[in-house]
Amino acid sequence: MSEQKTLVVASSPQIRHRDTTAQIMLHVCIALAPAGLWGIYLFGIRSLLVIALSMAASVGVEYLMARMMKQYTLADGSAALTGLLIGLNMPPNVPLYIPIAASVFAIAIVKWAFGGLGANWMNPALAGRAFVFFSWTAGMNAWKMPRTWAAADAASSATPLGTAKTGLMDVAGEGSTALSYLSEIGYTSSNAAQGFSDWVSSFGLSLSPYTTDLFLGLVPGSIGEVSALLLIIGGIYLLAKRIITWEIPATYIVSFGLLVWIFEGTLYGRGMFTGSVGFHLFSGGLMLGAIFMATDMVTSPISRTGMIIYGVGAGALTFLIRIYGSLPEGVSLAIIIMNIFVPMIDRYIQPKPFGVVKTKRKGAAA
Amino acid sequence: MNKEFTKGILRDNPIFVLLLGLCPALGVSSMVVNALGMSAGVLFVMLGSNIFVSLLKNFIPAKARIPSYIVIIASFVTIVQMVMEAFAPALFSSLGVFVPLIVVNCIILGRAEAFASKNTLKDSVLDALGMSIGFALGLTLIALVREVLGSGTITLFAMGSFDGVINIPLISQAPMRVFSLSAGALLVMGLLKAFFNWYSAQKRGQA
Repeated sequence: MSEQKTLVVASSPQIRHRDTTAQIMLHVCIALAPAGLWGIYLFGIRSLLVIALSMAASVGVEYLMARMMKQYTLADGSAALTGLLIGLNMPPNVPLYIPIAASVFAIAIVKWAFGGLGANWMNPALAGRAFVFFSWTAGMNAWKMPRTWAAADAASSATPLGTAKTGLMDVAGEGSTALSYLSEIGYTSSNAAQGFSDWVSSFGLSLSPYTTDLFLGLVPGSIGEVSALLLIIGGIYLLAKRIITWEIPATYIVSFGLLVWIFEGTLYGRGMFTGSVGFHLFSGGLMLGAIFMATDMVTSPISRTGMIIYGVGAGALTFLIRIYGSLPEGVSLAIIIMNIFVPMIDRYIQPKPFGVVKTKRKGAAA
Repeated sequence: MNKEFTKGILRDNPIFVLLLGLCPALGVSSMVVNALGMSAGVLFVMLGSNIFVSLLKNFIPAKARIPSYIVIIASFVTIVQMVMEAFAPALFSSLGVFVPLIVVNCIILGRAEAFASKNTLKDSVLDALGMSIGFALGLTLIALVREVLGSGTITLFAMGSFDGVINIPLISQAPMRVFSLSAGALLVMGLLKAFFNWYSAQKRGQA
């Protein structure tokens, strides 16, 4: 990182962490690797090209901007990570100028126009994604059938979320859900998931094969978002390395899940407390967003209370946009909106300096 | 050239320096033709209001000055509105509510209050002309960037066999739609403002 002109010293105790920026970025890249490799396997070699292009564009623009500002920042790896996240957020068949445009916007405008790493108030990768999403909507919906689907049995290559959203317009039957709608129109499910559902039903439980597919990542979607399982594994790695803390992902996922459980059923003419929680938790970019994007150190609050407010806010906004909005997915917009609130959260929720005792609790241990 | 005239164009540019009149600047800047039409309307209204405010400055009581200015401005806006509706109905409908909103455009009220009410007729006319040209330049610049990037076209007035639309070859096939949305207006505005700030800082550094 560049040298700051003024050093703001927080109250003691002060700990010098052994991790450098570059190490943190490397760990995040390692944590993203399983999901990324899975996406490349599932959607073919072109996905690798998309990721490589967005990373190359990010690093290239970072180099140019840093030169312009007379700094050297390539070694901190943050541009490469931004590029990787942009690549993972692209649909596999995206026209190749889109990831490049997203990277240029993310690095040059969102990050460097505000002063480089640490000074950006919005997650660059998500802002880049939002920029291209509203610019080239058709290109950003260029989904591809996963390798595990035979071409013959694929009804469409739209994502489960997108299909359910479109279907909502003409869904009528009472008691139907997003999942039952998918099976009604014959949306493809994998044989393994079907077998697993049959096996589960022999115990008297019911599990939709689509939930299993979404959890494992056997569905169309953005390159890096499809497999909830691999993203959770990456998240556990980051938690173990203490790069992220549990507050933001946990409050994000739990608040989103709760709201979906309470209200989502009403869309389909059922009562409250009947939402398809599994479907919504594992579909779309929720896991990628909650674990890797919302936890970005620069654009998330510092204090624990702040993180919880931020996580709950992001969960509630994702719920509102995804369930009641016109777009099928709301993760990126929800996180961007909460990013804007971070300075305010940090201003009003300040951690209590160590050793300060409230006057009322005289005698109590600090 | 006269200082009162030139100051509005660059040094005190209403959009990029004074940051006045931003509401129409963001609202109508998605097409160049709208920006030009809006600028023409603002020019006429500002000229008229500055002349009358300057002439009447000794008769308007200080306590009732703002309502008086609004009456003067609103009269000219009504003229603009009627003329535009009669002779350029397409432009009128695409500018929509922003034509009557010229009444409360802060750049016009601002010049009446800050300049015309304290200066002579000649200076007020020059001030109105300079400020309007500055406004027109700023607005057209924003509109040009937004339309080229957001739609891949430059829309001007149709004349003879020319239908008024210039297509930019590569961009018009896959334009960055975000620039024609309101988010794009703020984005372009902010980036241009940043550029002008940087430019004037450079200039000051050299001087």
